[in-house]
Amino acid sequence: MVFEIDAKDLHYRELNQQIRKAIAEGAKHLVIKHVNGHRYLAAGVSAEVDIDVYGVPGLDLGAFMRGPRIRVHGNTQDGAGNTMDEGKIIVEGMAGDVVGYAMRGGKIFIASDVGYRVGIHMKSYMDKIPVLVIGGKAGDFLGEYMAGGIIVLLGLNSRYPERPLAGMFLGTGMHGGVIYVRGHLPETQISPVLKIEEIDDKDKATLENILIEYAKDLNFDLEEIWKEKFFKIKPKTHRPYGKLYAY
Amino acid sequence: MEIFIPNKEISGCGLSGVINRKGELIKGEVIIESICCQMDRGNGLGAGYAAYGIYPEFAEHYCLHVMADTKKALKEVEEILAHKCYLVHQEKIPTRPVPGITSPPRFYRYFVKPRYEGDLREICEGTPDEDDYMVRLVMKINRDVPGAYIISSGRNMGAFKGVGFPDQIAEFFRLDEYSAYIWTAHNRFPTNTPGWWGGAHPFTILDWSIVHNGEISSYGTNRRYLEMFGYHCTLLTDTEVVAYLLDLLIRRHGLPIELACMALAPPFWEEIDRMEEPERSVCTAIRAVYGPAMLNGPFAILFAYNGGLVGLNDRVKLRPLVAAKKGDFYYMASEEAAIRAICPDPDEVWCPKAGEPVIVELEPDTIPNQRSYLRGEPFQISSPVCRISLVEEEETEEEEEA
Amino acid sequence: MNPQKETKAKPKRKKVQFSKLYPDFYIERDWDKCIKCKLCIRECTYEAHGWDDKRETLTEDHSKCVGCHRCEATCPTGAIVIKHHPSRFREHDTWKPWFIKNVYKQADTGGVLLSATGCAVPFRNYWDHLVLDACQVTNPPIDPLREPMELRTYLGPKPDKVEVVLENGKYHLKQKPGPWIKLEVPIMFAAMSYGAISLHVHQGLARAAKDLGTLYNTGEGGLHASLYEYGSNTVVQCASGRFGLHVDYLNAGVAIEIKIGQGAKPGIGGHLPGEKVTEEISKTRMIPVGSDAISPAPHHDIYSIEDLRGLIYALKEATEYKKLVFVKIAAVHNAPAIASGIVRAGADAVVLCGLRGGTGAAPTMFRDYVGIPIELALAAVDERLRQEGIRHWASLIVSGGIRCSADVVKAIALGADAVYIGTPALIAVGCTMCGRCFTGKCPWGIATNNPELIKRLDPDTAYEKIYNLVHGWAHEIQELLGAMGLNSIESLRGNRDKLRAVGLNEVELRILGVKHAGE
Repeated sequence: MVFEIDAKDLHYRELNQQIRKAIAEGAKHLVIKHVNGHRYLAAGVSAEVDIDVYGVPGLDLGAFMRGPRIRVHGNTQDGAGNTMDEGKIIVEGMAGDVVGYAMRGGKIFIASDVGYRVGIHMKSYMDKIPVLVIGGKAGDFLGEYMAGGIIVLLGLNSRYPERPLAGMFLGTGMHGGVIYVRGHLPETQISPVLKIEEIDDKDKATLENILIEYAKDLNFDLEEIWKEKFFKIKPKTHRPYGKLYAY
Repeated sequence: MEIFIPNKEISGCGLSGVINRKGELIKGEVIIESICCQMDRGNGLGAGYAAYGIYPEFAEHYCLHVMADTKKALKEVEEILAHKCYLVHQEKIPTRPVPGITSPPRFYRYFVKPRYEGDLREICEGTPDEDDYMVRLVMKINRDVPGAYIISSGRNMGAFKGVGFPDQIAEFFRLDEYSAYIWTAHNRFPTNTPGWWGGAHPFTILDWSIVHNGEISSYGTNRRYLEMFGYHCTLLTDTEVVAYLLDLLIRRHGLPIELACMALAPPFWEEIDRMEEPERSVCTAIRAVYGPAMLNGPFAILFAYNGGLVGLNDRVKLRPLVAAKKGDFYYMASEEAAIRAICPDPDEVWCPKAGEPVIVELEPDTIPNQRSYLRGEPFQISSPVCRISLVEEEETEEEEEA
Repeated sequence: MNPQKETKAKPKRKKVQFSKLYPDFYIERDWDKCIKCKLCIRECTYEAHGWDDKRETLTEDHSKCVGCHRCEATCPTGAIVIKHHPSRFREHDTWKPWFIKNVYKQADTGGVLLSATGCAVPFRNYWDHLVLDACQVTNPPIDPLREPMELRTYLGPKPDKVEVVLENGKYHLKQKPGPWIKLEVPIMFAAMSYGAISLHVHQGLARAAKDLGTLYNTGEGGLHASLYEYGSNTVVQCASGRFGLHVDYLNAGVAIEIKIGQGAKPGIGGHLPGEKVTEEISKTRMIPVGSDAISPAPHHDIYSIEDLRGLIYALKEATEYKKLVFVKIAAVHNAPAIASGIVRAGADAVVLCGLRGGTGAAPTMFRDYVGIPIELALAAVDERLRQEGIRHWASLIVSGGIRCSADVVKAIALGADAVYIGTPALIAVGCTMCGRCFTGKCPWGIATNNPELIKRLDPDTAYEKIYNLVHGWAHEIQELLGAMGLNSIESLRGNRDKLRAVGLNEVELRILGVKHAGE
């Protein structure tokens, strides 16, 4: 049963109340229309539910959420998937800054470009491994402080063909996790505390799993994706600041 | 049990701006709707608007919007103006009572031209430039007349601002009755400085107006730098320095607008070191000479002048800014939602990069006294960070289309 | 009236040396630990340790101990502790032991009291009354470990504005600005001459300056041949003695510093005793071995500000305007007006050296009581230059009493472009502040040129210690900047909003241009 909500004249607080109410009443599929700048959509929702969003959701889409699968039919603003726990966010357009901040599980698939500070401090623990796939290009500080999880940067579907795959200061302070990039990155972008390597069979299997799902969700041509070589970026050490202090 | 208390939510300020490149007038309702869409970004302690092209009948005169706490302060201002200016017209700025806005200050507007006789030397030290004359006059009044402030001083433009939510301030100043080819708007969440009428955005000098989201951590450095050049900060808000820096760098020092933006949000030395000549020398000189003008801290600003609208982010992009275009209309705002509220179906939407100005100027000879600060081709930097003005790209595309 | 005559008259009279009766330090030896290896005797250059052949035991002469702690640090069994001498005079708040002992010394010798290091009087230390700001909520603190945090500074005069021309779609500078000196960290090494300190320390300073991207200063003792390769990190000094000063020397560095005075001894010259003028020093200074090297109080070609202009331009002309010319003065009462004159005379940088500036030798009265604290001088000079609209015509470098990175940050917030450090660099290589540099017997091998003693500090160690110190400070500065929400040092420069005072009075607040904490 599809449950529809028109967000047009709703304050975000009212909208979220309606979403929670519908879920409590057993709705498994919500469609929300006329979203424009509504903040904290499905924030903290802990349920298995599909949510289709039409319009541009505001700050902190799906923050802290555990379980929902959100599909945004359009762009999303800053802070999508903030400290997200489980579930999935699919964005058919581009996303703003700080996507997936401190994300500890679940998946975020972005079809096009993302802004600055994306995937900052993603972390993994035991079998919880967050995954963030970017179809386009990324701004500065991608994967800053990254402590775990997987970022995949495809650079395929970008508004900025002339730009490099990612901006400056990629993975500064990264001390865990892995960033897979499709194609070459200028050397100036790789900080000396990171290493860049060709992918091995294990990486390939991991990527294969992620990309099949991504291509299906966002209608990408899987063959096209594999046409270019992938590289993986990992930190050289898990303790980059071991020698920082004098005492 | 549900009580909505929007003014208890912390979220920072909101910005919105719109320009029509052909000078077509845009109704006040448009900008009001856009800024009100970002209501959650403010807390009711400040909102304001700048409008360009609203006084065509006095387009040759500087329009001084004066805010006065008392009749006495107003009288003092009028005495100074009578001395220093030719006054062609003056009136009370029309307002209407608005629930929630209590005891607002008095607002008057004066259409003037500099008067060069008499005690000319005392105030303008012999400078023949009308703009310099007006800057000094504004500084003098803001500094010397207690309780009176000039909140805008450009030709054919004006600033309207105060303590309240954006819809209240718009209602108070009857902005639905104005049409402008550029509008900017601000929704304030005052933090470090008090919420008072003079402290609301936009901040202006001459026809420069600026709305700002963020905090200028370098304020102390910027202020003391400006003081060396005769600017005095009197409005107790960090944003004030931006208006004066623009006036100093662009109008007085003649820097092309993109280099002035570079001075405010320069590339990192790391990037500069990788540049080719002549960019490297130019950037190095800009940073070394205009180091005290750098705006450090998170910011997104929109500034406008008689002829253009510019959006600019800090160099690590700590505040949001989104731009969009639809035909001759260009939009810039803190949130994409604010643009979509008034333009649901833009041709393009993009997030400008850190430190990359989005410069949109009117087509040449569109309005009287039009200013243009774009000099020739946009500045190109051969570093990985592309600072090419997107607007220029759009223009070429347009030409191709045409 | 003739003392010599008097002595001759009564040659047999035994002279009492009151000053030797009350030593400052006490050498405590743990006889259970002592293995009588006699290393302490060899390490002590002041002969405080001795050997009694008859009793086959070690002896101590406490009156000779200067408190350098060399014996204590080198004793293989840890048997020695140097303590303050427990013997005490009657408590008296006016007649503290320091004054009593100084009177004894002068009564014994009839001489001028001599000291090293900087002002030892507990005048208010303004650094310790200033606190820094940090961001909370309204503005994010910036993380210096992962985000760019820029300390680069350009020294030299800046034009009012940048002018560009558009050619072939690109902007070009109308005029080439500069010359400027690029510092990657705004901490430079203060003038300490070869002669006052060992060649090894100079080599360490030069190499550290190069690797840190900053400058060291030759002092007025000329430049040793082995150090010419560090030219792009060198400031050569031109002081009144003009030792070792020739055109190659002037061209050797990136800047020439005219030394008018220094904070430790404003208004007087210098004196390197003949004992310290060894073969190598003689070559570098171009004076005979063993002769005293005397720097006059004034430059005898500068009796007024227009003469200073004369020397500045003589130096610029001689070096074809490729070098910056710094002018260094001691911070004295009228520093703001003097600094303004120096800037208008064409100096590219003004160096202000405060009351607490260090030295290897200064008359104690000068060291302790002449000049003003650098914090006040800096605040007043920066403000004066701004009021005159000429602050950007020259850079402002301060020195004298900078002890830690927070002091550097506060100095820059008050308006300095960069700081010089001297004493911290020497402490980094082992100096214990015993203050006997003028004896030439430095047991740590720092302030000496005794060929045996200088072996105690090799150039590699000197380099490493100095490099580490500034590296650590630079990192701390980045942390402090980040906490203030700034990611570039130029946004701190003159930003007194970032400072608040604790416990200062209104006059001090006004001069410093700083609000009191809580405001």
